[in-house]
Amino acid sequence: MNKLVRDILDTVIEFVRTFGAFQLFFVRLLRHTPGILFGRFGLVVKQVFNSGALSLVIIMVSGLFVGGVLGLQGYSNLARFNAEDAVGVFAAFGLVKELGPVITALLFAGRAGTSLASEIGLMKATDQLSAMEMMAVNPVQRVLVPRFLGGVIAMPFLAAIFSVIGLFGTHLVAVELLSVDAGAFWQQMQLTVDLEDITEGIFKSVVFGVAASLIAVWEGYNAIPTAEGVGRATTRTVVITAIAVLVFDFMITALML
Amino acid sequence: MAQAIANADFLRVRGSYSCYATASPSAAWARPTRKKPKLKPLDHDSDNLIEINDLKYSRGPRVIFEGLNLTIKRGEITALMGPSGTGKTTLLRLITRQLIPQMGTIKVGGVDISTLNTGELYQMRQRFGMLFQNGALLTDISVFENVAFPLREHTKLTNRLIRHVVLTKLHAVGLRGAADMMPAELSGGMARRVALARAMVMDPEILIYDEPFVGLDPISMGVIVRLVRRMNDALGITSILVSHDVEEISTVADRSFLISDGKVAASGSPDELRVEQSDLVRQFMHGMADGPVAFHFDAPGYEEQLLGRDVD
Repeated sequence: MNKLVRDILDTVIEFVRTFGAFQLFFVRLLRHTPGILFGRFGLVVKQVFNSGALSLVIIMVSGLFVGGVLGLQGYSNLARFNAEDAVGVFAAFGLVKELGPVITALLFAGRAGTSLASEIGLMKATDQLSAMEMMAVNPVQRVLVPRFLGGVIAMPFLAAIFSVIGLFGTHLVAVELLSVDAGAFWQQMQLTVDLEDITEGIFKSVVFGVAASLIAVWEGYNAIPTAEGVGRATTRTVVITAIAVLVFDFMITALML
Repeated sequence: MAQAIANADFLRVRGSYSCYATASPSAAWARPTRKKPKLKPLDHDSDNLIEINDLKYSRGPRVIFEGLNLTIKRGEITALMGPSGTGKTTLLRLITRQLIPQMGTIKVGGVDISTLNTGELYQMRQRFGMLFQNGALLTDISVFENVAFPLREHTKLTNRLIRHVVLTKLHAVGLRGAADMMPAELSGGMARRVALARAMVMDPEILIYDEPFVGLDPISMGVIVRLVRRMNDALGITSILVSHDVEEISTVADRSFLISDGKVAASGSPDELRVEQSDLVRQFMHGMADGPVAFHFDAPGYEEQLLGRDVD
C-alpha cells in the first residue's frame, strides 16, 4: 500500500515538474519571438515552407475525401427529412468549425510535428545544438523559435485550405454526383454560416497550431539523444498533440456555444 | 594543402572582424539590435589560461571527477589523455560550461566561468573554438554555409569578405573543392576537417579538439597535426586536445595530462610521460593489456558463465 501511494506521489510530482518546465519552455520561446519575428523573419519563412507548404498535399487530399464523405452522409441522412438541399450548410458547419481545424491539427502532428521533433532530436543527438552553443549561438532562438513560429503561422492557412477543399469535395459529391441543386447548396450556406463561425474555426486552428508546434519542439529538444530516444519523442509528439487538440477543441467549443 | 599551410594565408585575417561591424547596410536589418554585455576582462598577464581547482562532477551515482586540479598554460598545446570513460570529453564540456560542476572552480583567464550570466557566457564562448568528436556539422546547410555560420551570426562582414575567409579556411583543411557539398555527402574524416575549418573561422583564443585524429587517413592526419601546431604557434592561441593517439600526441603536444579515476594521474611533456614508471602511465603510453586499467568490464568468471553456473 505504501509503495502504491509513493508511486502515485512520485508520478504526480514528476507530472507537476514536467508541466512547470514545459511552461517555462513556452515562456523562453515567447521571449525570443519578437527578435526572430522582426529581426530574422527569413528563418520563419523557411519553416512556414517546411511545415506548411510541404504539408499541403496530405491536407488537400484529406480535405477532399472528408468533404466527400460529409456530402454522402449529409445527403443520405438529410434526405430522410427531405432536407438534402441543406447538405452544404451541414458540411460547411462541420468543416469550418470542427473538422477543418481538428483534422488539420491531427494531420499536422503526423506530418510536420513528427518532422520537427525528429529533426530537433537528431540535431541534439549529433551535437549540432551543442555546437551552436559553443559558437555562442542560442539554439532556442536560432532553431526552436523559427520552427515553432513556422508551425503557428502555417496551421490557420492549412485549416482554411482543408475547409475550402472539403467544401469542394462535398460539392462534387452532393451537386455533381447526387444532383442536389447547386443554387440551394451555396445559397443556404451563405445565408447560414456567418463570420462568427469562421472566426471560431480560425481561433481553434491558431490554438491548435500553438499546441502542436510547441509539443513538437519540446519533445524534440528534450529527446534522449539516441535513436531510441528520438523515436520515442516522435511518437509522443503525435500522441500528446492528438490528445491536446481534442481536449482544447472540447474546451473552446464549450466556451463559444 | 601543404602549401596552404606553408604560406599560412588563412592566418592573416585574424582578429580583424570588429572593424567590419557596419560594413553592410543590408545586414543592418538582418539581425535584431542587441546590446551585448561587456565581458569581464581576462587576465592576460598570467601564464595560466585555464585553472581548474578541486573539481567535483558526478552523473547520477557515478563520480566522474573528484578533486581534479589542472592548469593549462597560455600558448601551449595541452593534451588530455586517459582510458575510455574517464571523462575527457566531459572535462571539455565543463571547461566551456556546457556542464556545471557540483563543486570546485574553473577559471578561464582569471574569470570564474560559473559566475557568468548567459550573455557573458556567450561572449566568452566567442573566444573558444571547438571541434566535436563527430564534427557536429549543421546538416541542413552546405559545407560553405557551415563554415560561414559563426561569421554570419556574429559579424556584419560583406558576403564577399565572408566568401574570402571561408574559402581560405577550407583551403587550409584541403576542402575548398567541397564547399558546395552537403554534410551528408562527406566522409567522417572530411566532416571533421570541415568542422575544424568552422572552429577556427572566428580566430578563437582557445581551440578545443575532441578526438581530432579519429577516422583520418594518414595523409590528412599528418596535415592536420601540422596545422594544429602551426596555428597554435602562428596565432598565439592555446589548444586543448583530447586524444587516445599517443604517437600523434607526442609529436604535437607541449604538455599532457593523463586522467584516471577522476583525478590527474600524471602530467608532463609526452617524453616525460613515456619514461614515467607508474604502472598506469606505462600501461597507457605503451598500450599494454595488463595493468591497473582492466580491459574487461566487471563480470562473473568466464568459464562459470559459459557453463551457466553463475545463474544457479
